[in-house]
Parts: sequence; C-alpha cells; structure tokens
Amino acid sequence: MHIPDGYLSPQTGGVFYLVMLPLWVAASKIVKKTLRARQVPYLAFGASFSFIIMMFNIPIPGGSTGHAVGGTLVAILLGPWAAMIAITVALVVQALLFGDGGITAIGANCFNMAFILPFAGYYIYKIISINSGRSSLRRAIAAAIGAYMGLTIAAFLTGVEFGIQPILHHSTDGNPLYCPYGLNIAVPAMFLEHALLFSWIEAVVTFLVIKYLQKEDPSLISA
Amino acid sequence: MKTITKLWILIIILVILVPIGLILPEYFKAGAAWGEWSPEEIGVFIGYVPKGLERLSSFWHAPIPDYAFKGWEGRSIGSLSLAYVISAIAGIVVTVGIVFLIGKFLGKKE
Repeated sequence: MHIPDGYLSPQTGGVFYLVMLPLWVAASKIVKKTLRARQVPYLAFGASFSFIIMMFNIPIPGGSTGHAVGGTLVAILLGPWAAMIAITVALVVQALLFGDGGITAIGANCFNMAFILPFAGYYIYKIISINSGRSSLRRAIAAAIGAYMGLTIAAFLTGVEFGIQPILHHSTDGNPLYCPYGLNIAVPAMFLEHALLFSWIEAVVTFLVIKYLQKEDPSLISA
Repeated sequence: MKTITKLWILIIILVILVPIGLILPEYFKAGAAWGEWSPEEIGVFIGYVPKGLERLSSFWHAPIPDYAFKGWEGRSIGSLSLAYVISAIAGIVVTVGIVFLIGKFLGKKE
C-alpha cells in the first residue's frame, strides 16, 4: 500500500501534500494540547509498532504481498491525531531510508495510512464499543472491526488514487504516463486483496493486543 | 514490570520474528505488493514502461533500498534476513529518535 514514486503524477502527489499540510498542523496543535510528557514513550511505541508490523509481508501465493499497518490499534491507544503523527513518522522513515513508498507520494501515503485509516478505524471502534466496559469482549471486537474497516477503506482509496492516473495523464500516443491501470483494475485489486486477506490480519493483530491490554492495563484503552 | 516495558519487549520479539515477512513471500513465490512493481516489471506486464513512471521512479535513492544492503542482491535468504533485521532495528531507532524530538516540541510538562 506504499505508493512508489512514478505511480502518481507530480500533480496528484502535490495535491495530497496540500491536503495533508493542514491535517499535520491540526494534529500538532491537538497533540500539543493533550499529550503529556509521560505519553511520549507510548507515541514512540505506536510509531515503532506500525513501522515493524508493516515489514511483515503476507503473501498471496503466486501473487502479490501486503501487510497490516496497526493504525487503528495506535489510534485506540493514543487517539487518532497522535496516531496520525506516529504513522506519519513511520512512513517518512520507510520512504527516506528504505525507499518503501515514494517521496513524491508521501502526502498520498500519509493520507491513506496515517489519516483515513486511523480515523475511520477509530470512529468505527467508538460507535461499536459505545457504553461497553473497558475490559469487555464487545470492546475488543469493536477494535477488530474498526481495524478491518480502516485498512480496507484506506486500500480502496489507494486503488482510486492509482486508478484515476490513466484518466488524468497520458502521452501524445495515448499511453498512460504514470500508473497504467485504471479504476476498473486498480480498485478491485486493492480492495479485494485487503478485504479478503490483509485486513483480517490487521483485525487479528488489533484484537490480540487489545485483549492483552484489557488484562494488563485497561486504562490505556480509550473509552 | 511496567506496561510500556512489556510493549517494548513486544517490539523486540517482532524484530526477531521480522524475517518471516521476507521468507513467507519468497516461499510462496509472491511478488511485489500491488502497484509497487519496478519499472522493469511493469514493462514485462504491459509491454512498455509509462514515460512519467520511468522518469519519476528514480526520484530518490534510498540508502538501504527495500530493507537490503546495496550489492547484496542475489545473496542467500539467511543474509537477506540478517539485513532485514538490521534494517528493522535501524528504522525503529530513527523512528523513536524522531518521535522523541517531536515530543520535546509538543509534550507538556506535568
């Protein structure tokens, strides 16, 4: 789900930087107001967890690979705005140090994985877990469903971003300039491989960590 | 033990296990993630390399491309696993460093 350089036009990449800019500013302001110094290690944990979980590539035999992001889990522990900062840091390190995700696509990748994913996952979790106890099974299931939905929605949008490229940009001979696959291929591919496999991994990982924290230290789980 | 300590132990366990993320795709002959192919692979799939994609794909040269050391292409899966673990450690160290810097600017004293 890390869009590399070259798959989105510079214009598309630029638009997502512009969209992310006010969101990063808002996240900084909100986190500045709410984050206490003792929570910084948890923020570092959240960023590290997301970083490492994305390295666990899961194969579709004979096909492509994908991975979990852990974004909804981080949002449940830290709130969605702090999760946005944590995942942004992980994505920027992946792009700069390891070439995992393009530099021109950092805005888009952050929009998908650091903004849409944790926010969608977190609010779905909030709705399903309403009025449930911190250690209840419903809360852990709500986290799993939020995680599943968050990653699937993010993957769907990534497919749309890939898929609009052939509509937006082509050379004089009519060939696409950037991602060559249109919406009819990119959206089903990104949506289905996540909905059928990778988002389940995201859900299971989230469920297990939340179950563990419910036993260990329920105060960490946002009510 | 404090919860945060246990969470860091979880990270250490994940670092030790991280070669799974390299070995499983290799074992099941799975290629790159969808939409993350190299320009050469794209060329094989569709018969040409989109011009803009080719131009932009070399926009950035990462120091540890794809979590493997330069010149280690074609090495054994064991060597690549080692590089993968070292990459994970390096990535986490840098990530934690950046978050603590951000925390210095944003964190409230209690």
